[in-house]
Amino acid sequence: MSKPLLELLIAGIKFALVLGFVSVNALFLIWLERKVSARIQNRMGPIYVGRPQGWLQTAADALKLLTKEDIIPAGADRLTFVVAPAVLFTSAVLLFVVIPFGPGLIVRDLKLGVAYAAAVSGLAVISLVMAGWGSNNKYSLVGALRSASQMISYEVSLILAMLSVVILAGSLSTVEIVEAQSRIWFIALQPLGFLIYFIALLAELNRAPFDLPEAESELVAGYNTEYSGMRWAIFFLAEYANLFAGSALAVTLFLGGWQGPWLPPVVWFFLKTFLVIVVAMWLRWTLPRVRPDQLTSLGWKLLLPAALVNLGVTGFLVLAG
Amino acid sequence: MTTAEKTATQSEEVLEQVLTVNFGPQHPSTHGVLRVVARIRGEYLQDAEPDLGYLHRCFEKIAEGWTYPQIVPLTDRLDYLAAITNEWAYVLAVEKLLGLQVPERAEYIRVIVGELQRILSHLLWMGAYALDLGATTPFLYVFQERERLYDLMQLVTGARMTYNYLRIGGVKRDLPPEFFPLLEKALDNVLKVADEYQALVLENVIFQARTKGIGVLPPDLARQYAISGPMLRGSGVAWDLRRSEPYSVYDRFDFAVPTGQNGDCYDRAVCRVEEIRQSARIIRQAVAGLPAGEVRAKVPAAIRPPAGEVYTAIESPRGELGVYLVSDGGPQPYRLKWRAPSFVNLQVLPEIARGAKVADFIAILGSIDIILGEVDR
Repeated sequence: MSKPLLELLIAGIKFALVLGFVSVNALFLIWLERKVSARIQNRMGPIYVGRPQGWLQTAADALKLLTKEDIIPAGADRLTFVVAPAVLFTSAVLLFVVIPFGPGLIVRDLKLGVAYAAAVSGLAVISLVMAGWGSNNKYSLVGALRSASQMISYEVSLILAMLSVVILAGSLSTVEIVEAQSRIWFIALQPLGFLIYFIALLAELNRAPFDLPEAESELVAGYNTEYSGMRWAIFFLAEYANLFAGSALAVTLFLGGWQGPWLPPVVWFFLKTFLVIVVAMWLRWTLPRVRPDQLTSLGWKLLLPAALVNLGVTGFLVLAG
Repeated sequence: MTTAEKTATQSEEVLEQVLTVNFGPQHPSTHGVLRVVARIRGEYLQDAEPDLGYLHRCFEKIAEGWTYPQIVPLTDRLDYLAAITNEWAYVLAVEKLLGLQVPERAEYIRVIVGELQRILSHLLWMGAYALDLGATTPFLYVFQERERLYDLMQLVTGARMTYNYLRIGGVKRDLPPEFFPLLEKALDNVLKVADEYQALVLENVIFQARTKGIGVLPPDLARQYAISGPMLRGSGVAWDLRRSEPYSVYDRFDFAVPTGQNGDCYDRAVCRVEEIRQSARIIRQAVAGLPAGEVRAKVPAAIRPPAGEVYTAIESPRGELGVYLVSDGGPQPYRLKWRAPSFVNLQVLPEIARGAKVADFIAILGSIDIILGEVDR
């Protein structure tokens, strides 16, 4: 086989692996969320499909959603409506390219890995606005605009928090950032940066207490009000894929990535990532929702200045040695 | 005009546009089948007009065709979260019309179940309000507690929601002996849940940011609209019919009437949680002072009150529940008018919601604590 063809084949296999991993992992996370919320709320959660812990429940749900009628509202902008979930899912999958699961276990170690991650995660907002606009529904539109303003507000702080880590590591490559943390994790040097990153991540992922776009008591279901069946499921899967990617990035940037004693690196990576995810879930089921204006003012008036100061101080300290 | 300017004016026009949005009748935040026609401009509410009637069941007209005892179970279906207080308001009116003396033990039992009912209703409100503000978990915790209390109610009345327990002249049957130890335990649990709710929800920073200074109802506006219940007390007016115009045996119990200062959503929430504690206090006093004796007065089989009219009002969990009853001497009431506190309290919604943000509107509507079965009757 010629060399370019072989490379194409390898790339294809890698892509299939990532896609499979993203989907299965999202299904698992949905199950986990249901179990965690059940424990927090003193319930059992799913227990029947796939005994003893109902681990097949989400797979069954996904299958059920696949068989449902495909409804496109009469007034919808068909193309936008149909493409929107795919865009969101794509942006989630693209993020996985630069996540180092272990030494050498990365789809592609880009030199500009962190910048790439920031750029790709910015794509998500386009999808939400597309969904809101394409549905031709007021609830969807308000939900989409809310999420757009929210994501833009927090994107800046998110990237600034990432940048302070980049300054410390002296590299944009995710692998090199992890390697730079072999002596000390960056969370110890950047506690404020981690806090800012985590808060901004919750807002970026539209998770409680910042889950305004889906404020069900106000906007029915936000931007995906009109979606049903598999399209809705793809939104759902993409949300959890994004949650995993965001948490994995947090682990990569602040928690030492795959590094840790005794256990194999991959295990460490997943342990840390799931820890971050469970904390996010814990917050979601404990806190009420903030108001849109409170959210934006928190983002612009508190988080952004804090992130800027953090970045400035980091830069100064690194410069001073 | 340059293109950029044109785009700017266009988007300004979109922002200026007033959208008419329906909240309900099928909407997750409306607590039943309330429809609110809201006109929103951006995130701000210009006007919110409640549209009623989706649950109208002609209660008052049906009552005119039924005999007096038959109407008691019918009242259960009005405020379905406080069936006992509905029955109580109604039987009180008939008893007043008949000039009937209710045995003292029955009065005490009415107080016990009535206050249990208030706790049940407020517990649900606590959960539902947290849910309105996006916190899902408290809802499940209050339901657990409600489950235990419903078991108690079932023990006493035989039913879980629509009790049909009060009778004209007393109550259906005496409290069973196994009720008392269970009640003691249930009250302890309820107080624990109230404390937990206070610590985890009321004192939560986000909760306070969402409710403090939101939906302020000044006391004079509240009086103009004849607001009653926790809604009025949240505005700082210490008006509780159990204290101001004591009915039954409420003048014998020692309890506080919690009031707020600012009349905002937060004060209303605090008042309701405090009322749970006060209700528990009243129940404990009533159990301690429960006199022996009959639980039902001798009442003729066919009740024919003398011609005349009467108005009685009691403090339901939602406010002043009034019954205006006219008799023409026949076996059926000539007219029965139900003054539903939810209905009256809902009237003030457009006043306090005007200019609020959409998210605040949900907080305001939730804080009124309406029950559509009572609003529409």
